[in-house]
Amino acid sequence: MDAGGPSTPGRVIEEGGRASVEPKDIGLKDEDLRELYRLMVLTRRADIEAAALQRQGQLAVYPPLIGQEAAQVGSAFALSPEDYIFPSYRELGAALVRGVDLVEYLHFYRATWHGGTYDPNELRFGMVSVPVGSQALHAVGYAMGVRKDGRNECALVYFGDGATSEGDLHEAWNFAAVFRSPVVFFCQNNQWAISVPVAKQTAAPIWRKAEAYGFPGLLVDGNDVLAVYRATKEAADRARADGTPTLIEATTYRIGPHSTADDAGRYQTSEEIEQWKGRDPIARYREFLEARGVMDAESVERVETEATEAMGRLREGVIGSDPRPAEELFAWVFEGEPSPTLARQRDEMLDQAGGRDA
Amino acid sequence: MPDVTMVRALNTALRDALSSDDRMLLFGEDVGKLGGVFRVTEGLQDAFGEERVFDTPLAESAIAGVSVGLAIAGWRPVVEMQFDGFSYPALDQVISHVAKYRYRSRGRQGLPITVRIPFAGGIGAAEHHSESPETYYAHTAGLKVVIPATPLDAYNLLLRSIRDPDPVIFLEPKSRYWSKEAGDLPADGPPIGTARVLREGTDCTLVAYGAMVARSMQAAARLEEDGVMCRVVDLRSLVPLDVDALGRAVRQTGRAVVVHEAPLTVGFGAEVAARIMEEAFDYLEAPVIRVTGYDTPYPPATLEHHYIPSVERIAQAVRRTVDY
Repeated sequence: MDAGGPSTPGRVIEEGGRASVEPKDIGLKDEDLRELYRLMVLTRRADIEAAALQRQGQLAVYPPLIGQEAAQVGSAFALSPEDYIFPSYRELGAALVRGVDLVEYLHFYRATWHGGTYDPNELRFGMVSVPVGSQALHAVGYAMGVRKDGRNECALVYFGDGATSEGDLHEAWNFAAVFRSPVVFFCQNNQWAISVPVAKQTAAPIWRKAEAYGFPGLLVDGNDVLAVYRATKEAADRARADGTPTLIEATTYRIGPHSTADDAGRYQTSEEIEQWKGRDPIARYREFLEARGVMDAESVERVETEATEAMGRLREGVIGSDPRPAEELFAWVFEGEPSPTLARQRDEMLDQAGGRDA
Repeated sequence: MPDVTMVRALNTALRDALSSDDRMLLFGEDVGKLGGVFRVTEGLQDAFGEERVFDTPLAESAIAGVSVGLAIAGWRPVVEMQFDGFSYPALDQVISHVAKYRYRSRGRQGLPITVRIPFAGGIGAAEHHSESPETYYAHTAGLKVVIPATPLDAYNLLLRSIRDPDPVIFLEPKSRYWSKEAGDLPADGPPIGTARVLREGTDCTLVAYGAMVARSMQAAARLEEDGVMCRVVDLRSLVPLDVDALGRAVRQTGRAVVVHEAPLTVGFGAEVAARIMEEAFDYLEAPVIRVTGYDTPYPPATLEHHYIPSVERIAQAVRRTVDY
């Protein structure tokens, strides 16, 4: 396993577009390479669209992922459909790879419903989790559960550099190792936790923390979709094989603000942003594919056309959706009939709202 | 009909639940080989194996957090927080996720998790071992809060909590762990969400839960010597709250005293008093009085008898309301 080091993150696409390992040797056919590109472009376009929808008042808030497309697409693509993903709140790209309906996903940010409106179990893509790092324990528990059942599956949890300071991450790492839980800890180190840079977040390299808990940790170039794919594939295979967890630190960069409510100009310099824009994961991958003859100007253009059409549908879907009926406010607090206390509150609310159809 | 302690009743409930549902898991700190610091889980790891009954590392947030994932994977976690004062590290998981999962998922994923917590004082324990956190949980929408007062009902309530499709915070009154009750463990006792009347009386209703039920019964016996007849209501669950039973009892007695060990301010007694007022205002002959712990940190064990409502404090409160 190429674990790399803090100054040499694992790469597949080297400087100048050379591949350090042939894609077919890590299980990727040309059609997979094209699919990865397509998913990254769709992710970027959906992300831009979501930010635009927020500015137009169609979403309450949105946390852009621009710059992190390779990290999300490469990792989610490496999993089997049976593996369960536990996202944080910036994983639209992973949701897209999973086939989650993005309108239903964006209902979280449209404040239609906490958790969005999709079924988290149908495509094994958990609900958006906002309390930072808390979802790591759910992934570990899920992994403990599938291992008890002898199922050949794993869980992957997304979190950021900031989350590595939260106690829940450390408890999750420890439990995962002690119980040999098939889980992949996927850290997108995008260099910023709102306004705090990673240098002020932790004094030790994130990937190395795994050693303290007793499982492998590795650093990958998070803007290299093939390196991310390979690292995640290996980690997931290892997890399913014998319950060994892995911590992957994917180095990337948050080009946008923390969220649409943030004023990143107060702390992020334009020089730094420009520097990272020069390492754009999509442009880099496109050059790689074109140089290898896997894609050309025409196929690139076809992806853009498809994305434009998809974005039209996404916009229509979001803008055309209404708030949920008021009575849903009481629908799922508990299973079954509401208690007398809850029923009374529901009826009072419905009276105020002008009846059940309001 | 042999005497059974609450510890034995709870242990039997866990054993019976593990036997009848092979998806149930039991875990927490020291629940395996040791059998729990109060021996509530004694012998269960031997009987059901380490896959289903296991010790965890010492991390309460993780105990609650992995329960969420295990439940999603189709298991039924029953976990132990070793003491009330150590349940707080898990509050974020409990409040932000355990309580909200069914709601957030639009009913698609409920979490049948039972969190057992030995709670409250009266056993001469060290700091952080005698807390009454029930209001934190009762104030969190999406959690049921169940508190047994007697061994036989503890058996019934724990079985019902484990079978419940939603998360239940199950608070076990430590000072009653070794209390005994004669009778057979009930195969089908009253459900969660119903209060029960343990003593009939016409002059005043005493409302209590957990260890304060027995103390209220003692106070009622003492008051009877003076000719004051108290009805004693054991709430059994704070959420759902049996509002009808409260209204019914107070309509018949016209007076109520609420007893709990937790501090006065925003304690559950405030909720009970408000509900009684809403349900039975026209029947009240006197203000509802609360007899509670004080608004101080839980005191050292050598002082705790001043803090926990005593039989005499309860009796005095009843006399005040009767004389009002």
